[in-house]
Amino acid sequence: MSWIKDLISPKTRKWEDFYRNRWQFDKVVRSTHGANCTGGCSWMIHIKNGVVVWETQALDYPIIDKNLPPYEPRGCQRGISASWYLYSPIRVKYPLVRGALLDLFRKEKDRHGDAMVAWENIQTDPEKRERYMKARGKGGFRRVTWDEALELISIANISTVKKYGPDRLVGFSPIPAMSMISYAGGSRFLQLMGGVNLSFYDWYCDLPPSFPETWGEQTDVAESADWYNAKFIAAVGSNVAQTRTPDVHYFAEARHNGTKTVVFSPDLNASGKYADEWIPIHAGQDGAFWMAVTHIILKEYHHEQKVPYFLDYVTRYTDSPFLVQIEKEDGIYKAGKLLRANKISKYKNVENGDWKFLNIDKNTGEFVCPGGSSGHRWDDRDGNWNLKYQDAEIGGDYEPLLSFIENNDETLQVEFTEFGLDKKRLRGVPVKNIKTVDGTINVTTVYDLIMAQYGVARGLEGDYPQSYKETDQSYTPAWQEIFTGIAAQNVIKFAHEWSKTAMATNGKCMIIIGAGVNHWYHCNLIYKAGTMALMLTGCIGKNGGGLNHYVGQEKAAVVDSWGHIMAGKDWQGPVRLQQGPIWHYMNSDQWRYDGHHSDYNTVPENGLSGLHTADMIVKSVRNGWMPFYPQYNKSNFDIVKDAQNAGAKTDAEIKEYLLGELKSEEILHSVVAPDEEINFPRVWFIWRGNALMSSAKGHEFFKKHYLGTHHNSIASELAKGLVNDVEWKEEAPQGKMDLIVDLNFRMDTSALYSDIVLPAASWYEKSDINSTDMHSFIHPLTAAVPPVWEAKSDWAIFREIAKATSEVAKTYFPHTMKDIVNLPLMHDSKAEISQTDVKDWSKGECEMVPGKTMHNIAFVDRDYTEIYNKFISLGRGTKNGLGAHGNSFNCADYYEDLLEDKNHLQKIKGEVYPSLKDDEEAINAILHLSSVTNGELAHRAYQNAEKRTGMPLTDISADFKNVKLNFADLQSKPQRYISSPVWSGIMANGRAYAGFTYNVERLVPWRTLTGRQHFYLDHELYIKFGENMPTYKPTPKPNVLGDLKNSVATGKAKVLNVLTPHGKWQMHTTYSDTARMLTLSRGMVPCWLSEEDAKEIGVKDNDWVEVFNDYGVYGARAIVSARIPKGVCIVYHATESTYSSPKPQVRGYERGGGHNSFTRVRLKPNLMAGGYGQFTYHFNYWGPVGVNRDSHVLVQKMDRVELG
Amino acid sequence: MDIRSQISMVFHLDKCIGCHTCSIACKNTWTDRKGAEYMWWNNVETKPGTGYPTKWEDQKIYKGGWEKKGDFLNLKGAGKIKGIKNLFHNPNMPEMDDYYEPWTYEYSNLFDAPEGDDQPTARPISLLTGKPMDVKGGPNWDDDLSGTPDYARQDVNLNSVSQAEQEAMFQLEQMTMHYLPRICNHCLNPSCVASCPSGAIYKRGEDGIVLVNQNKCRGWRMCVTACPYKKTYYNWNTGKSEKCILCFPRLETGQTPACMHTCVGRIRYLGVMLYDADLINTVAISDDADLVSNQMEIYLDPNDPKIIEAAKKNGISDDTLEAAQKSPVYKFVKEWGLALPLHPEFRTVPNLFYVPPLLPTMGKVEDGNYHNSAKELFGGIEKTRLPISYMASLFTAGNEDTIKTVLKKLMAVRWYRRDETVGDQSKSELEVMLKEVGVDHEVADDIYRLTSLPTVKERYVIPPAHREEALEMIEDSGDVKGNTGFGFHHKPERGL
Repeated sequence: MSWIKDLISPKTRKWEDFYRNRWQFDKVVRSTHGANCTGGCSWMIHIKNGVVVWETQALDYPIIDKNLPPYEPRGCQRGISASWYLYSPIRVKYPLVRGALLDLFRKEKDRHGDAMVAWENIQTDPEKRERYMKARGKGGFRRVTWDEALELISIANISTVKKYGPDRLVGFSPIPAMSMISYAGGSRFLQLMGGVNLSFYDWYCDLPPSFPETWGEQTDVAESADWYNAKFIAAVGSNVAQTRTPDVHYFAEARHNGTKTVVFSPDLNASGKYADEWIPIHAGQDGAFWMAVTHIILKEYHHEQKVPYFLDYVTRYTDSPFLVQIEKEDGIYKAGKLLRANKISKYKNVENGDWKFLNIDKNTGEFVCPGGSSGHRWDDRDGNWNLKYQDAEIGGDYEPLLSFIENNDETLQVEFTEFGLDKKRLRGVPVKNIKTVDGTINVTTVYDLIMAQYGVARGLEGDYPQSYKETDQSYTPAWQEIFTGIAAQNVIKFAHEWSKTAMATNGKCMIIIGAGVNHWYHCNLIYKAGTMALMLTGCIGKNGGGLNHYVGQEKAAVVDSWGHIMAGKDWQGPVRLQQGPIWHYMNSDQWRYDGHHSDYNTVPENGLSGLHTADMIVKSVRNGWMPFYPQYNKSNFDIVKDAQNAGAKTDAEIKEYLLGELKSEEILHSVVAPDEEINFPRVWFIWRGNALMSSAKGHEFFKKHYLGTHHNSIASELAKGLVNDVEWKEEAPQGKMDLIVDLNFRMDTSALYSDIVLPAASWYEKSDINSTDMHSFIHPLTAAVPPVWEAKSDWAIFREIAKATSEVAKTYFPHTMKDIVNLPLMHDSKAEISQTDVKDWSKGECEMVPGKTMHNIAFVDRDYTEIYNKFISLGRGTKNGLGAHGNSFNCADYYEDLLEDKNHLQKIKGEVYPSLKDDEEAINAILHLSSVTNGELAHRAYQNAEKRTGMPLTDISADFKNVKLNFADLQSKPQRYISSPVWSGIMANGRAYAGFTYNVERLVPWRTLTGRQHFYLDHELYIKFGENMPTYKPTPKPNVLGDLKNSVATGKAKVLNVLTPHGKWQMHTTYSDTARMLTLSRGMVPCWLSEEDAKEIGVKDNDWVEVFNDYGVYGARAIVSARIPKGVCIVYHATESTYSSPKPQVRGYERGGGHNSFTRVRLKPNLMAGGYGQFTYHFNYWGPVGVNRDSHVLVQKMDRVELG
Repeated sequence: MDIRSQISMVFHLDKCIGCHTCSIACKNTWTDRKGAEYMWWNNVETKPGTGYPTKWEDQKIYKGGWEKKGDFLNLKGAGKIKGIKNLFHNPNMPEMDDYYEPWTYEYSNLFDAPEGDDQPTARPISLLTGKPMDVKGGPNWDDDLSGTPDYARQDVNLNSVSQAEQEAMFQLEQMTMHYLPRICNHCLNPSCVASCPSGAIYKRGEDGIVLVNQNKCRGWRMCVTACPYKKTYYNWNTGKSEKCILCFPRLETGQTPACMHTCVGRIRYLGVMLYDADLINTVAISDDADLVSNQMEIYLDPNDPKIIEAAKKNGISDDTLEAAQKSPVYKFVKEWGLALPLHPEFRTVPNLFYVPPLLPTMGKVEDGNYHNSAKELFGGIEKTRLPISYMASLFTAGNEDTIKTVLKKLMAVRWYRRDETVGDQSKSELEVMLKEVGVDHEVADDIYRLTSLPTVKERYVIPPAHREEALEMIEDSGDVKGNTGFGFHHKPERGL
């Protein structure tokens, strides 16, 4: 064969050096990407000739266990495109200011010689305001110096603080975990100022509300290596092959290790091809499927076979054996509240008796008050917060009675509602008639209630289904067919395989779940439905089991020390951490376009469910369930001054004054009048995220009401007459925000619409740290090259803003001011046990007691000349100890230790502090002080947990006591962090991390009312909204959602349910604008249509279409595909309007928006509950979420396409 | 016997997620430059689909590969002789529309647009002309079944699939897809090499990598036509053809090719195969049904003392032999018979092998509801969504039995692991299954381990390149050490 060339003529092969030279490089550094992708992959960045040339994945992950596939290589098509950004034409190289604003500012400044006067003159002149606001998003950027940009920002900061108070400064930056220091830069600055951080995890609808409902936990899931331990995996609403790119090999590798895998998805997606079965479920109907699976599990494996593992599990680890009151209402028996310990004479006087709950001892028939409840958690006495089978009040072991089926006083016919077919049924429930301090009442167990709710007859009388074939009876396999389109036989087969696997493996069945489910209005119910199948088969808190929700990179592993520094708690306590969804719903005026939630939310009729969502928000804010900033229709500084003028001297007296003013309505909460000028948020910092596009649910309302610029909404206002507590103004304001500042390395839609764009360092130009719940490592971001052109790291930018702002304050606002901080009732604090009932002080239903019947009121002194000094140094508050998730530890000695490092100190007014001036100093302080990177601190945290629980726990950290990681360690090799009680998984001895293994193996309670996993949710709002038990609620229909009231099709169009799952060529909008991703896809984010629907509206593949409803319009190219079901279209999350964005015809040839142009946020009111066990606020943790998947649109072909 | 060594690859399609990380790793490293924009030395296709360049598999259009004429093999399209006739007009070349017009966007508009009455945006502009353009095609246009009416339904492999099966393939509840990542096959009988009028293409003796000499290439583009896989590309800037070089500069330094290093689905394997070059022609002229089995015969047992001796005589080094003994490719291809060549009927004897995908079991819709009749936990091979005939068209030149055997083996290993880890299924049925495919517990365990647990060192076994020996032929290797990096680099220049 002539073409085989041996090395006989080496000279002719010398040309091969051409490619060898190309491969050579000068340096390699380790970094990663901050893109909220949950990837958190370690990458090696190659530098040649001083320029970043390419990146490849790190391969040096430690092996967790020889029987687990290794993590290498992690990193996907998007991550490997990151190097494109550094030198790309979309790179922001210099500070930019919108010309219209800059001209006004310069002119006024020239005229008056004073920057502050210049700014105030612009802000007090409506014409000038309108002039620059209308220019937002319309081009006309000017390059300015850093100094000029910083001047404008710091003048706006101080002007706003001085005039309105600091709670009008807001910041949005998503998902700290992806680059924690960059996040912390902005939040530390804002919190030191007294400003507001907007939440993101709930706003994105990435927060699964069912986690706090069931477990009192934000989210705590298995790392992807643990998928391999599962023997049955159901992937639900989670296209793992597309969105969990670096992890999904575990899915395939598990299959080849004998694991059964089933994927549920309406479209045939990349994961559907990857599994044993792909089940084409109707969009958003997963809840119905899982309700039926659970029906079968309860009937066959609990009632008929009584599988010991399953029954033991639910008895020990769930609220199953706890007692629930059956209450008679209008002659009908209904499930009521959990029976409180203090209702029974023998426990009448126990501490926190409203928050302790009861079992019955199987052997004696006596009441037992088991430990572990929220009451025990907040008792003065230690040692009773555990899951032991012991009476925590009077001592003694017992065995819980799970059911009254064989041991009851009578069977009552209790009413159950099935919302899918809207049918009420009376079903027999076994009860005991017990004596309480208020008289005799009927109680049953949660387990018995659940059996009846799911329609498992057990020989009891009542309206129970008699077979799986009944279609009109709750939760049978035949019933679910109606909603899911899955034949009953499939459900039965699935339930059998699932249960048998769980039996054979003691709980190794897993659900991988995601945004495909969590973005629906009733996401909490759908999640709950799946969770029930897991809990009833003993699959939670097990390696290889669990409800593994992967939506958003929410796990900042070093949350304890990082949270402290990012919120500036080392200097001052109270912080303003705002629940994003209610904030945007009110402030972007989306509430005005919302009719009554009961139009689309199936609820029983009663006073609480009858409130408009905006009114429920007001209630939640007044009652301290949810925070809301700005706080009052008056500056906090002015309130303090007025109080002092009225004679108040102490904080307590100022508080009294304020309460009086609130009671007499002299001062109002801002939330009741979001359209009054005095209540506007004013200055908005956006960094690390795309707040005006991918994070702007109701994008067009943002443009209209926040920015005051062009928009494409034609939606009608509907709330007039439906709201009582919220003030209705006939004319909604447009342009609430005075200044929008965006830190960015790329010109995304948010940058394009901001007033000031600051050049931020990319992920290869700064030091930072990154963690995720997909794996158990902390990865560094490292500067492969210094920040290019005039870019700076986010930390450095906010440090410079702090410096400039402190300088401006010296001239314009040098006084120390007392600020009032409203704080909601907080999760993991005693406020969890503050409100047994829903009572509104503003309606005279209870007294005003801050921290009990209403929000807390705290005071902070603000010296704006000191913001910079505080920013760059670690305050003494650190010595009081750190913690997270209800755990704490002392670290004063480690603070002192930092002071020993003479090269990293700040000397301020004669005092010495550890320095946080540089990014790396902040990183090392965080690693030094976190219990997951400092073994001694983990040990102390376990010691404290031992005390609280009375359980031995410190052995978990024994092997890790010498661990102490610093930044250089992270750079040298991927480092696994260690077990700490701030997280619920145990990682010792080569184990993959799995959530709640700590609780199950160590009998440490969940942070819920009973301390167990909750089947039953007895908060009054849940009862009143029909969500106290796992249930199914139908997906709202387009006609009731009202997305299309005013939209008129001008051509052949069709109404479709628009789905926005996460895409293949982007992480949100990041990477979507890179040449790589655009070339490998269709050059933009297209609209996928089924072949049938496309044919009906005359659309061919690659035609331009407009996707629109009343809220706005998105112009896109169509992809016609047989893998899409009829009736839905898919626009992958998320789009940008910065490239290939045409001018759709339906809104008069104005530039189209994006995927959030056809969304408007709808909030579930019962998710606003507060001050009640697991229903208690924490930032990004509890509250309503920004659902978006119920939306409907019209799709039609575009006849004329203008791209320029 | 003429024993030679060849670097070969296995791609496990059951693990492929179609993420294209491989493609970008390759592009970043090799083809991120003018004239090379449209080159995707590594690309990933969705099947069914028409691939890149579009319909590349259809040799009625492109006339790539070899054809059997009696006992002889001829190049189907551009041979040296046919080629010379067509030097200035080669009718069988893919044109720009079969590839795509590379584009970028007018990003500068976002920064520079003066204040206007609407939002500025960056429109697509051609990388060839610099002018605004309408994007109509790309290197991955039919990704995830995009545009099924125009692409997937036009897949040439459907010719082997019955009409009824084809209909099912595009009914939502019965359809499926899978991914096919492709690089140069570094064939044993490379038609590109044979077609080159300039003699610029050669196969390296030490590792079998096929290269286009950038100094010798005169841009005739016969190789573009001749390669049935369309894996040589013409660089319009330099006037030279280029192709996948299997990252030889990385291999020579003990690193895997970039596309393999970055394969996050962990689907790829690379290793040495020993083969008998005397048999290449015999394999290439086999009857269709025997193409795969005959190709297997060409690969030799690296543990066989006779083979070792003959290999050594042919100058194959000890450490290459050791690498061959550890080769994961040898295991998948030869020992276990799980990996198959792509379109063996092109007769180039490719060295990239694919483990076919195990796809979801069949279900269908009746009375508006989705039914799945499978009784077993994992479902049966017979009911796989993707017709066996389709897979046979891809991997066995139509031999369906071979496909069935491979799929059954893969399933048997899964049942074996189910038994080991759960034990909830019938043990006797498992034994029957294993016996049918001739796999004992030890082999099943080995297959499982190399599929599920392999580390990077187990997936890629790279023989030492002994660069010092190669360099020594030109200059003193000590001098090379001292002089490395000095001097001026010359890039290939256009021209005859």
